[in-house]
Amino acid sequence: MQFGIFTVGDVTTDPTTGHTPSEHERIKNTVAIAKKAEEVGLDVVAFGQHHNPPFAASSPTTTMAYVAAQTSKILLSTSTTLITTTDPVRIAEDYAQLQHLADGRIDLMLGRGNTGPVYPWFGKDIRDGIALAVENYALLRRLWDEDVVTWEGKFRTPLQGFTSTPRPLDGVPPFVWHGSIRSPEIAEQAAYYGDGFFSNHIFWPASHTKQMVALYRRRFEHYGHGTADQAIVGLGGQVYMAKSSQDAVREFRPYFDVAPVYGHGPSLEDFMEATPLTVGSPQQVIERTLGFRDYVGDYQRQLFLMDHAGLPLSTVLKQLDLLGSEVVPVLRKEFAALAGPDVPDAPTHESLLAARQSEAVAV
Amino acid sequence: MSRSIVVISAGLANPSSTRLLADQLATATDVALRSHGEAADVHVIELRELAHPLADHLLTGFPTGELAQAIEMVRKADGLVVVTPVFAASYSGLFKMFFEVLDKDLLRGKPVLLGATAGTARHSLVLEHAMRPLFSYLGAVTVPTAVFAATEDFGRAGSGDFAARIATAGRELAALVLGAPRVVPQDPFDNVTPFDQLLKG
Repeated sequence: MQFGIFTVGDVTTDPTTGHTPSEHERIKNTVAIAKKAEEVGLDVVAFGQHHNPPFAASSPTTTMAYVAAQTSKILLSTSTTLITTTDPVRIAEDYAQLQHLADGRIDLMLGRGNTGPVYPWFGKDIRDGIALAVENYALLRRLWDEDVVTWEGKFRTPLQGFTSTPRPLDGVPPFVWHGSIRSPEIAEQAAYYGDGFFSNHIFWPASHTKQMVALYRRRFEHYGHGTADQAIVGLGGQVYMAKSSQDAVREFRPYFDVAPVYGHGPSLEDFMEATPLTVGSPQQVIERTLGFRDYVGDYQRQLFLMDHAGLPLSTVLKQLDLLGSEVVPVLRKEFAALAGPDVPDAPTHESLLAARQSEAVAV
Repeated sequence: MSRSIVVISAGLANPSSTRLLADQLATATDVALRSHGEAADVHVIELRELAHPLADHLLTGFPTGELAQAIEMVRKADGLVVVTPVFAASYSGLFKMFFEVLDKDLLRGKPVLLGATAGTARHSLVLEHAMRPLFSYLGAVTVPTAVFAATEDFGRAGSGDFAARIATAGRELAALVLGAPRVVPQDPFDNVTPFDQLLKG
């Protein structure tokens, strides 16, 4: 099982000091956080893609290439790559290029994006969100899987004998996850292709995640990719830790109370009960996280949101120290002991390449 | 057999004249259902108790605790009695908030009896100019007779017209409930559109 962090890349004022990082500072901090994630032994770091303030994260592959050059083991992913407003030709090209630079140490998570005004900036309409995700991904697959593509669809100009370059590393496209909060169509899409399904999980009640993962597993089996418990599932999580739960709550509350998305709303205590947010001791985070398995089954990837709402870099780095030293080693051991015998790991470039080679031998 | 009638009252005081009207409308509906050999299984939702969860829902996008239960109750209801006080010449903000957070189409085809209260009868057209358009937009089937109660309607001599109007409204809601198919909540996760169909656009 893989453990890591995901970030959205928001530029938010620290409510306790009034300091607002510059975009430059935020972008460099994101790199520092990614490098720290590798240092503390995490497996994955995922970067957001946003095209509007207060985010400084419009070009994830640029950041990923830079981080890939400064790290050696950690897998780089996205949270998420916007499949609706990004031209699938550019996604095919950018991520293949990145695969070569990072020696295959990447994958990506597709998402639709729920910010209505962004769509028209890219010539699209949010009301076509699902249709865009379906058509664009179908094209993306062909651009990676076929050397020469002739294609016509509803949302971009036709392609005539087009070859997306560079070709995927070793002829193996990056593994794809599909992320969604509560659109059954996206769980269906992930199942149809036998791709991974990632449930954002955070900020929402666990019931959404449970429903979506159950649907994905059922349909994964229906489409013949394996049994339901062999489907590839990822979950988000949101934590803030201190040695004692009282300290954790006291330190995080000022950030929670005015955070983007959920701030000025429910109390920290109510939100912890209603969503996977865990503010407490490392032991509490371990127990809560192990509990996710009760409603999604054995899963392959757990990503935590650690760096939003204006938390300063020094705090985030300390949180990562706790995550890497006290939480993840225990989770690795406990999840491994609980996992069923036929549950696969999340695919990597190496495993996909090996599978392709053994297929070629069999033929 | 009993039919589920959910009463939604946006009254703020206790006791509240809004709740008083709501209870009378529910009783009239029960009486009418009983005359057809059925009965009302009445559940009351006091929106006052849901004010905080409603504000939270606007910010977070999901219902918690008692609000989630209230929405489930509405989903399963065979008919609704909805009553609001008139604030600033319309339904109250709290009343509107509840209907804003319901899933799209949750009220579609559901029989709804409208009621409103105010200090003066001059506000009575709030029923027709504010409430009925709201419920038409939500796709509900509104009962033709809506009931307005001004302060003077409670306990004054010669309020027979008022009582008769409540009885008429209750009969009309009962008739719509009896004529409507039983509510069978649908789970969108049970009937997913197959991907071949999504691919065809």
